Amino acid sequence: MKKLVVFMSVMLMTVTSVAQKLEVCKTCAITTVQAAITQAKPFDTIIIRKGIYKEFDLNVDKPLTIIGKNQPVIDGELKGEIITITSDNVAIDGLIIKNVGTSYTSDYAAIRVKRSKNFTIQNVVLEKLFFGIYIERSNDGKILNNKIIGDAVEEYNSGNGIQLWYSKNIQIEHNVVQHVRDGIYLEFSDFCTIKNNLSSLNVRYGLHFMFSNDDVYENNEFSNNGAGVAVMFSKRIKMYNNLFKDNWGTASYGMLLKEINDAEIIGNTFHDNTIGINIEGSNRIIYKHNNFRNNGWAIKVRGACYTNTFTENNFLYNSFDIAYNSNVNDNTFDRNFWSSYTGYDLNKNGIGDIPYRPVKLFSYIVNRTPETIILLRSMFIDIIDFSEKVSPVFTPDDLMDNNPLMKKATW
Amino acid sequence: MLKILKYSFYDLMRSRWSYVYFAFYLLLGIVLLFLNNDLSKAVITLMNVIIILVPLIGTIFGVMYYYNSKEFTELLLAQPLKRSSIFLGQYLGVAISLSMSLILGLGLPFVFYGLFESSAIWDFSLLLITGTFLTLIFTALAFNIALSNENKIKGFGYAILLWLFLAVIYDGIFLMILIGFEEYPLDKVSLIGTMLNPIDLSRTLILLKLDISALLGYTGAIFKQFFGTSFGLIVSFIALSLWVIVPVLRIVYKSKKKDF
Repeated sequence: MKKLVVFMSVMLMTVTSVAQKLEVCKTCAITTVQAAITQAKPFDTIIIRKGIYKEFDLNVDKPLTIIGKNQPVIDGELKGEIITITSDNVAIDGLIIKNVGTSYTSDYAAIRVKRSKNFTIQNVVLEKLFFGIYIERSNDGKILNNKIIGDAVEEYNSGNGIQLWYSKNIQIEHNVVQHVRDGIYLEFSDFCTIKNNLSSLNVRYGLHFMFSNDDVYENNEFSNNGAGVAVMFSKRIKMYNNLFKDNWGTASYGMLLKEINDAEIIGNTFHDNTIGINIEGSNRIIYKHNNFRNNGWAIKVRGACYTNTFTENNFLYNSFDIAYNSNVNDNTFDRNFWSSYTGYDLNKNGIGDIPYRPVKLFSYIVNRTPETIILLRSMFIDIIDFSEKVSPVFTPDDLMDNNPLMKKATW
Repeated sequence: MLKILKYSFYDLMRSRWSYVYFAFYLLLGIVLLFLNNDLSKAVITLMNVIIILVPLIGTIFGVMYYYNSKEFTELLLAQPLKRSSIFLGQYLGVAISLSMSLILGLGLPFVFYGLFESSAIWDFSLLLITGTFLTLIFTALAFNIALSNENKIKGFGYAILLWLFLAVIYDGIFLMILIGFEEYPLDKVSLIGTMLNPIDLSRTLILLKLDISALLGYTGAIFKQFFGTSFGLIVSFIALSLWVIVPVLRIVYKSKKKDF
């Protein structure tokens, strides 16, 4: 019995000492977040009650769980960085963080994670920010359900919503990022998953990859961004079921691929973009089950693209399906549906009996002399396109879909 | 002049061809709307039809009407009437009845479809306005050709040739020039080239309204700057009006001098 009591009391003490709760509010013993962080012991929980806390440069240097109850606001008053995490196992939940300082020499962020592991940042709302969530040389973290609304106008004086730098195994899910420079930016970050996010109305890219390999992004929506999504200098990226829409402007595209190898682009929808996918120097990419609808150019191939395969995609009502700037082709098109296909299917097997040539002469001409686009939809252009279709001279003559589908591909 | 206009107009209203023309547009409108189910897509398809077919029909109809009513015209000429009012009356009679067929034929199905609640109403009105302009322009050109050629076959030939030139050959030459001088800045050239051909001008106006402007890239920016502003719109409508006024003035001039 005595033993049990001792055991119980020891248990109680450990529990209280391990998971001690500190409350912060205007009338509590602790009135500032900074004080709470200083007083807290590792593995404590800090609960911040409703209120406005004018603080910045908060350094979380021990494993803490910081929870905001009823959405307390931390206002940085544009003085600099707000929360910096330098310890492993930190969780931040339910805060509103506002007014991050803008600087041209250092990248102030609302929340920065530095050389830490196992962090969680969730249900946070960021407003008036420079950089939003900045993950630096940190691994195995989660960034969930955050809402980042910036007020960026120009590229040079704005920051990114969520930025990863030399970080591995980060999960980014269910976030909303709007009005910043790049919605989500990954540099030298491998094995990350980006799921179910909405990135829109950003000044530059909705999502931007640089030198990051083996990442997966799926079920995201990218719309109305300055230039769409850019995937550059990366390997083995998987892009599944994303929606790219309304990236409409003179230098816009749904997705830009530059120096991308061995990627998989499956089940995505591209609609109302000036250019659906702009491809440059990308090899061995699988394009499958994508929908391209009402784009200016569905796919624009700039050169140095080899052994890519396009199968079972739907190309619907694009001004140009495919544009090539050379007449050499090493890519395969097979079993796609083309809305402008005019062939027939006599044996009723669902596959057109004559091959389809997706590259029109006019798209070749426009590539050479961009001004000629002014003749778009002119009758003369229809005539020369037709004659080129009958006997190709300028467009790659082996570039064709030998098995064009008669009905929209379904999967 | 108004009497003759009225006479020509009613004469054409009674003729079978106006009904055929009207019915054709009505059918086209209905088919497009019910097969497409998308108003802005239908507007694009309609544009393709309008910039090719309206000029063709305007030209053929104009020439045909002139030659057919030649005897009646000669009868009128014997009366104490001003020559300009006889020919202008006839011209306006043809042009107005054709425009009416176009506007009613296309307008009715779209109105029933619910155009007034749609955002495409401006695109659609622009389409009808340019269509009407094209009718006025090509009927005037047709009358010019017919006035200058006694020989029916020659007159028809020239009329078809004119249509072919403006609808197809002009664009071919335009394209050759653009490619030939691709190393030079071409935005002004392409702007002027578009202004000089009423069919190209109408097409560009409609395309820019349909937001294909983003496809135009750098050139598009210049075009958008020009056509997107009210200044550009006014200039292009002035250009279209000039295309109506100059041939009409020539009808007046030619008809005064012509020996019947």
